[in-house]
Amino acid sequence: MAKATREAYGEALKKLAANNPDVVVLDADLSGSTKTSEFKKISPERFFNVGIAEQDLIGTAAGMAIAGKIPFASSFAMFAVGRAYEIIRNTVAYPKLNVKIAATHAGLTVGEDGASHQAIEDISLMRGIPNMTVINPADSIEAEQAVLKAAEIKGPVYIRLGRMAVEDVYDTDYKFQLGKGVELKKGNDLTIIATGIMVQEALKAAKKLSEEGIDARVINIHTIKPIDKEIIITAAKETGAIVTAEEHSIIGGLGSAVLEVLSDVYPVPVKRIGVLDTFGESGKPSDLLKKYHLTEEDIQGACREAIKLKERI
Amino acid sequence: MNNENLCVIATNMRRNILTMVHGAKSGHPGGSLSAVEIITYLYFKEMNIEDPKDENRDRFILSKGHGAPVLYSALMEKGFISKDLIGTLRKIDSKLQGHPDMNKIPGIEASTGSLGQGLAIANGMALAFKLDNKKNRVFALLGDGEIQEGMIWEAAMLAGHYHLDNMTAIVDHNGLQIDGRNSDVMTVEPIDKKFEAFGWYTIKADGNDFESLEKAFEERRTVKDKPVVIIAKTTKGKGCSFMEDQASWHGKAPNDEEYLKAMDELGRCE
Repeated sequence: MAKATREAYGEALKKLAANNPDVVVLDADLSGSTKTSEFKKISPERFFNVGIAEQDLIGTAAGMAIAGKIPFASSFAMFAVGRAYEIIRNTVAYPKLNVKIAATHAGLTVGEDGASHQAIEDISLMRGIPNMTVINPADSIEAEQAVLKAAEIKGPVYIRLGRMAVEDVYDTDYKFQLGKGVELKKGNDLTIIATGIMVQEALKAAKKLSEEGIDARVINIHTIKPIDKEIIITAAKETGAIVTAEEHSIIGGLGSAVLEVLSDVYPVPVKRIGVLDTFGESGKPSDLLKKYHLTEEDIQGACREAIKLKERI
Repeated sequence: MNNENLCVIATNMRRNILTMVHGAKSGHPGGSLSAVEIITYLYFKEMNIEDPKDENRDRFILSKGHGAPVLYSALMEKGFISKDLIGTLRKIDSKLQGHPDMNKIPGIEASTGSLGQGLAIANGMALAFKLDNKKNRVFALLGDGEIQEGMIWEAAMLAGHYHLDNMTAIVDHNGLQIDGRNSDVMTVEPIDKKFEAFGWYTIKADGNDFESLEKAFEERRTVKDKPVVIIAKTTKGKGCSFMEDQASWHGKAPNDEEYLKAMDELGRCE
């Protein structure tokens, strides 16, 4: 099934509306798009529209958290993170408040709205802040569970959600474990570490590579912070080369996080797939992914290069 | 508590502020001293705050977080934190951070310091209390320079929209900011009309005079269905002759000689 992770957010919020009286939801005039409207339908008294005011969105959520609520604050990633960054840093993360920032329309696949709406720096910004947990789900099944988990844990959480429908990576019996990477395919020649919508591309790439006789391991890192160091280091030791893939800038995201882990402990060749330090543009999501080199073919190419690098050592 | 007793507390707080900032060799005496009567009135007369852990307590947010010394002084006078901490302001391992940290001290309701954010935090609390039908009231102290921050007006709009009548903002209107007079740096007037336009009830007061503050807070109690802002005219550096109405004392510590002079002046209560 194909479903957008933001749809799953709406589903999860419906459950929280029914099951957790402490949850409140705030939105900045995008409730139809972010799907917080689903919560409003059930619990209108616990839904607060702050208008087009993202700084106020986060600041108000912080106050509600201090008063004992579990606020979910939503807007597009560009505005929830970009516009409100300093409020998230100082007023949410520094005092470790129980605010959940669930941002939709992240990455290039916002599509036609173009570069002004395509957040490709949000993971970098959020993971650079102490106390912040950062989750980037791969599909709607993982997204729903991640949202429910975020409501359970204490402290600030950033959840990155997408606009467009993504194919299911998981079965419905999948159990999301915060901070634990997931090995989706065994393999010994190299490891593809992917996050978000790039996980399914990684799986497709691995399948193609196996036809060439390259046995790629595939790992989904849904929790970018705190990152699962163990699964990354084990993959480096056992497969000797890594390719990372993310719908995010090549600077500061999953690729950077993986490099940080490996360079401290067990450096191996790493090739990174991501947006190459450039802004996006308008276009169909599929056209954008092609133009900005975020496809299974790009991952395959990176894998072949990574293996060459590995052989050179 | 009568105004004479409030005056004694205010003088103690001024001495604490000067001792803290002098000891730290940095900090913000001007905007701490201007707010002494406001904070004294809130903590010793207006707010329900006898125990910093009491769920029913009223909440105070120091949105102008650089005024930390005046808040620390109030918490010391309340007995929430020890006066032994006075010498630790801004020093390594201290609970008395340069700007307030809610996780280090009981009685600090929100971590502030970056300007413009306290009003939104206070609104969030006020909304949550209303949602739960709780009677807690929320008070936020804003600097007059601080209201140049756009986020203040996002929050002002929200408080008006949601009719947050459990919310009171006080503007410490000392007329000065780091670079000089508000009117020279960026005009903030008319503050009352701006808040009125956003759905607030406005009251003007002399923020360094307990009788005037008492009238203002009494009038505030009569207002229903609206947030209230008290625009409190104050003197920056109040109580210390050479600091009064001087922008240069916004963020500078007195040297030994200046400190002794200031403490000597504060030996008497007006």
